[in-house]
Amino acid sequence: MSRLQRIWNSDVGYSFRTSPVAMGATLVALLCVFFAVFAGWVAPHNPFDLATLDLADARLPPAWTAEGSAKFVLGTDDQGRDILSALMYGARISLAVGFASVILSVIIGVAFGLLAGFLGGWVDAALMRLCDVMLSFPAILVALLIAGVGRAVFPNAPDNLALGVLIVSITLTGWVQYARTVRGSTMVERSKEYVQAARVTGVTSLRIMRRHVLPNVMGPVLVLATIQVATAIITEATLSFLGVGAPPTSPSLGTLIRIGNDYLFSGEWWITIFPGLMLIIIALSVNLLGDWLRDALNPRLR
Amino acid sequence: MFAFILRRLLQAVFVMATVAFIAFMLFQFVGDPVLFMLGQDATPEQVQELRELLGLDRSFLVQFWHFLLNSAQGDFGISLRQGGKVSSLIAERLPATLELALVAALLALVVGVPMGVYAALRRGNALSQSFMMFSLLGVSLPTFLIGILLILVFSVWLGWFPSFGRGDTVSVGGWKSGLLTLDGWHHVVLPAITLAIFQLTLIMRLVRAEMLEVLRTDYIKFARARGLSDRAIHFGHALKNTLVPVMTITGLQLGGLIAFAIITETVFQWPGMGLLFIQAVNFADIPVMAAYLCLISLIFVVINLTVDLLYFAVDPRLRVSGKGH
Amino acid sequence: MNTTQHPDGSNARAAEVAGTQSARQTHTMQQSVEPLLRVKDLVVEFPTRAGKLRALDKISFDIAPGEVLGVVGESGAGKSLTGAAIIGLLEPPGRIAGGEIMLEGQRIDNLDHEAMRHIRGRRIGAIFQDPLTSLNPLYSIGRQLVETIRTHLPMSEKAARSRAIELLQDTGIPAAEQRIDHYPHQFSGGMRQRVVIALALAAEPKLIVADEPTTALDVSIQAQIIALLKKVCKDRGAAVMLITHDMGVIAETCDRVAVMYAGRIAEIGPVHEVINHPAHPYSAGLMAAIPDITIDRENLHQIDGAMPRLHAIPTGCAFNPRCERSMERCVRERPELLAAGPTRAACWLHAADAAT
Repeated sequence: MSRLQRIWNSDVGYSFRTSPVAMGATLVALLCVFFAVFAGWVAPHNPFDLATLDLADARLPPAWTAEGSAKFVLGTDDQGRDILSALMYGARISLAVGFASVILSVIIGVAFGLLAGFLGGWVDAALMRLCDVMLSFPAILVALLIAGVGRAVFPNAPDNLALGVLIVSITLTGWVQYARTVRGSTMVERSKEYVQAARVTGVTSLRIMRRHVLPNVMGPVLVLATIQVATAIITEATLSFLGVGAPPTSPSLGTLIRIGNDYLFSGEWWITIFPGLMLIIIALSVNLLGDWLRDALNPRLR
Repeated sequence: MFAFILRRLLQAVFVMATVAFIAFMLFQFVGDPVLFMLGQDATPEQVQELRELLGLDRSFLVQFWHFLLNSAQGDFGISLRQGGKVSSLIAERLPATLELALVAALLALVVGVPMGVYAALRRGNALSQSFMMFSLLGVSLPTFLIGILLILVFSVWLGWFPSFGRGDTVSVGGWKSGLLTLDGWHHVVLPAITLAIFQLTLIMRLVRAEMLEVLRTDYIKFARARGLSDRAIHFGHALKNTLVPVMTITGLQLGGLIAFAIITETVFQWPGMGLLFIQAVNFADIPVMAAYLCLISLIFVVINLTVDLLYFAVDPRLRVSGKGH
Repeated sequence: MNTTQHPDGSNARAAEVAGTQSARQTHTMQQSVEPLLRVKDLVVEFPTRAGKLRALDKISFDIAPGEVLGVVGESGAGKSLTGAAIIGLLEPPGRIAGGEIMLEGQRIDNLDHEAMRHIRGRRIGAIFQDPLTSLNPLYSIGRQLVETIRTHLPMSEKAARSRAIELLQDTGIPAAEQRIDHYPHQFSGGMRQRVVIALALAAEPKLIVADEPTTALDVSIQAQIIALLKKVCKDRGAAVMLITHDMGVIAETCDRVAVMYAGRIAEIGPVHEVINHPAHPYSAGLMAAIPDITIDRENLHQIDGAMPRLHAIPTGCAFNPRCERSMERCVRERPELLAAGPTRAACWLHAADAAT
């Protein structure tokens, strides 16, 4: 049986097939990813091409209202940019930053956790102190600091650098939970006899870690990572909203919301609400998926 | 027990020292410290004089020591953005943030715990399901978006609550309180709800999960086997055992509330420390950033210690045991 | 009927008559006294993805007032499930799917939640395996005792407390008046199990279901606790259903024993008969497997194969694939409990028409 077939027939696959929530959430999440990745082809307009913008189109409400136009389904902002297209491009940045920071967090966290668990001694103690210190601060504060300092050090940074700093700041707040989980599992495995036997026969520590410990740990790491994607996306949006995240020239959904916030009181709610809705949809579907995954992989609930 | 407290204190000192170090590095690497202290309008002579006075031409360690001494006394210099003393700026804004955090914390507890208990006892119920869905929303909605939505609905469309500022305040001692006036309460409602929602969902989920765990234990099984009433089992035994770990985690979250206030204060233009911090970050106002950092760490450390002590008071297993076997 | 060889040959006939008479007396005695607990054709099922699993398949037995019935068998044979079903604490999705449980003539398997709650603790008590996790660590044992007493018996706080102290003294806790206010973690394992026994007896139940009460204890303490359990129950006239996998405990403590296999009862009868003259091939295998230091042996006796898993129980007699004496009928038909001398065994070897 091929790998995919085995997964489909497994307990996890079964609970996926019978859970409309899981399937629905995955579908929605995949759709969002699709729109984000292929925004360039799918979006009706390009909101960043200054040549196509016309101030006459500015501040149009959504197409289904009286003053709306079918050309701009979700309305336009103060510069005449199509909200729907801006949504897709914004989602792209949000998702890219979210995924990138989670992947980096996982790599760093798992690596540290394996090292600490396997080597023990002062390496482990130092790492645990570090984790404790980092955990005693709320993530948002750490991220804000790093982003803020980045701002101060590179005041006129090009977009990519700004995004890079953003990714780094979110990564640095997320790796700790992986390190702890992996460390715990590594210590459990390390004391098992087959590992000691392997060491006696000369198998290197690296190989043991890779072949034996890693597979056992990936389950909880996967659950954590899925839930953390949603957290990362929300953190990024928050940072952008506060002004230290994605710049207006490469706006993420959070930046869009910030820009639109100014128009809330003049009644042009769509400029901020639609990016907000998109954010909610993405976060919700990823969270649902993560929740379902955690319940499906939890042996005690079966 | 004393050994435990001692260890915790040492850990606290370690954390504070690390934070102070980071704050100090901020000063070093992001601009000229003397300018921070004197403000932008200082003459070159003043700068040089202060530089010698402060020993900035001295070694790194000496400078760090000076910094530590000053910060311990609350002296962080002068704000680059506003020109006033950082310490008085912060002192002025502190009550606003603390009151907001307090109201939000109470709200989160008073609503979150009963919701969690209900969701655990009546699993599968329609109301429980809706609680769980609500909690999912609470975790998926960023705080600032909640604030914006609340403003849209309750301020712009319905006009029931103000969306801006603190309202009338009354000075009690040095503390400007908004909780003593009706207008103050009117203003605090929307921001407090915004701040509380994330906490609320966390508390609710935690209480539910803990309670479900506890309900599966052997001592609950034995209590059932003894024929104790549902009320005695659920509220006498299970709830007490649930609340002990929940209480500690909630206490630790309290510090998070104060930090999260940054977002809420920005959305509602609430004149607290958080708003000050954001303005400082956007302006690269290092003294204020450093001061905020140190203050927040202090608050965290104090909260952590208090929670640890509370644990001792509640769990008899941690106290020095009396008679032996 | 077997004639027993009496060492004093001259009195053999008299002894035989006496034996028959007393046997008949016991038989009629058992028939005339209403059993405290009667379990009839009890079926417990678990609905799973692969269909309904029968964990208990038509279990029937009685417990007389004041009697100690041992329930023995391998892990997974259904012993604990039987106990759980009796006190109405089957973990969902398990459910009683057939049969009856009667306590003092009244059906209890179909009672609602509140009615069953009144029975638990007051008429049937239960003891579980691990004394450490059986007690709420945050409450003193005095509070837990008083709470249980006052739930079932109308008493003031003071009266309940002195009764609690009495119970602790009965179960051998020294300095009961001081220790009543201690917390569970301040007691050793054996002491804790004594507290558990006191809690189970607090409301004077007539039957105690003890599920592996000594398995989690040090070997040196096991004997003490078992002796204590037997004594306090005897003093109060309470019957005991002692669930265990330890044959030594059964031999020491029980009046009768039921041997369970794959969710069914293989044999049930007076303890010394089952041990010395097992009528079911499985019981025989179990007894033979017990090492005896007086006999010289090379290998321990083993029963080939393993107990079948719940979804793969053979047709007919569940033991037939492993049985050395299995016949064609054993594969076809499932045997009921048939009389085999003083015991009853679910085995076709004892069918009325079988050649002896």
